[in-house]
Amino acid sequence: MIYLYAILVLAALGGGLAVLLLLAGRYICNYGECRVKINDREPITVQGGGKLLDALYANDIFIPSACGGQGTCGFCKLRVLNGGGPVLPTETPFLTTVELNAGARLACQVKIRNDLEIVVKDEYLLVQRFAATVSAARMVTSDIREIRLKLLDPARIDFRPGQYIQIAVPHKRETVFRAYSLASPPSMAGEVELLVRLIPGGLGSTYLHRVQPGDAVIFTGPYGEFELDTAPDTELVCVGGGCGMAPMRSLLRHVAETAPDHPCWLFFGARTSDQLMYREELEALAQKMPKLRLHFALSEPDKSPDWTGETGFIHQSAERHLQPGQARQAFLCGPPQMLAAARKVLKDKGLDDKAIFADEF
Amino acid sequence: MASTTSYTLILLGSILANNILLAKFLGMCSFIAISRSMRTAFGMGAAVTFVTFCTTLLNYAIYTGVLRHGSRFLPAVDLSYLSFLIFILVIAGFVQLVEMVLERFMPSLYFSLGIYLPLITVNCAILGVNLFMIDQGLIYDFAQTAVYALGSGLGFWLAICLMAGIRHRLREADIPLPLQGLGMAVIITGLMAMAFMGFTGMVN
Repeated sequence: MIYLYAILVLAALGGGLAVLLLLAGRYICNYGECRVKINDREPITVQGGGKLLDALYANDIFIPSACGGQGTCGFCKLRVLNGGGPVLPTETPFLTTVELNAGARLACQVKIRNDLEIVVKDEYLLVQRFAATVSAARMVTSDIREIRLKLLDPARIDFRPGQYIQIAVPHKRETVFRAYSLASPPSMAGEVELLVRLIPGGLGSTYLHRVQPGDAVIFTGPYGEFELDTAPDTELVCVGGGCGMAPMRSLLRHVAETAPDHPCWLFFGARTSDQLMYREELEALAQKMPKLRLHFALSEPDKSPDWTGETGFIHQSAERHLQPGQARQAFLCGPPQMLAAARKVLKDKGLDDKAIFADEF
Repeated sequence: MASTTSYTLILLGSILANNILLAKFLGMCSFIAISRSMRTAFGMGAAVTFVTFCTTLLNYAIYTGVLRHGSRFLPAVDLSYLSFLIFILVIAGFVQLVEMVLERFMPSLYFSLGIYLPLITVNCAILGVNLFMIDQGLIYDFAQTAVYALGSGLGFWLAICLMAGIRHRLREADIPLPLQGLGMAVIITGLMAMAFMGFTGMVN
């Protein structure tokens, strides 16, 4: 009997508190309708009380976000001119003093309590949500999968080579977004290709390694600020490793289609020879592009006895082959240590910071 | 029996002689962590005082109404072993509610308290006051419990502000390297506790 009382009392109190909080949430946290003015557009009307990021997504404005609104990736930066309240401690690690003074905030941390006036990058307003299906998938190395997506709605995507998309990954009852570079050239507008390395425990890579042809995939895009310099005497220098191949394939295939005489370098590093992907495809490209120079280097050549090419880290290969004094634009994509080393080499060769674009993963 | 003197004694006793921080050493984590600047220490003290006062009264009502043996609504059963569970539930729920109300109606206070408000949920000083209240609940009536809870909160407020003041002054002091930061904070806490022991004779 005493246990029954105990359970009843606990349940009554717990239930009472829950109901009280639910009611309080409904009535106290009701902020009514708020107007959000974005750049110079007409204000949109949203239900107050939610996060700015969610409200923007609900209104088809897809600013980048990789962590699902947890405040851990810092991608969803925008400027709040009016009505955002003070900056929260969860945001400060991602914002520099200059950004703070300009009103920068993380959209996932800003709660809509009143009318807002915000500024987002114009290119984000062009980002669309795409419905697609997986049309083909194959493994290109032991852990990297090439996935081809056929666009359904909208049926075409306009992007610049080197840009990326955000795949919607279903996770429990929510959706989180993970960024992947586009590996296909812009001319293939009805389909896109991705390269995905399987990271044990990674949400996005596990999902994309599990999808099968015919499965539906949702993504938003395109994102990314890289712009190819098409001046004929500016060399394009690509340095990367692993999945960093994706944006470089897009860039090189684009150049092959639009300006095959453009001077290009590709430095691609791997540990062993079976991690070198698309060698045949790239060598075929080099036939069409007289000024494309390909350099592959292995950092662990002992494990690939047939290898006769270069050895060592890829930045050392770049250091050997690039001569200073040439106008160049660099695109780096790979693991952080590789990029840091490559950046240093490129700067020694006379490249300006502005001419080096890095895409870390 | 409940004369003005007894209220004064309870109030002074809980603020000074039985200071929740310096005599009972509860709530040390927030005491050390949030005493770096006077402004935040003041805000934390105010929040703790408010929540302690309200939850102690709520829990007093629940304890005497339902939980204890001979309670008003369930006199036959003794559910006092549930008090831990229920007290923490009530504290958590109350802090949630306070947070909602502050965010909606007093946004400036809400933002100045920031992260400290949700932190109060797991502040052991508050649960401590709630549990000591049971010990004294057998002696204290509702009004005396209210005074006791208020005094304990004020004691926390006083101690954390004193600490913030001392640490502010120490900023310019030449402290040996191994003692800088936490080490010095703990030594100061000990010294303050000894100073507060002096009040014991005054009240008892």
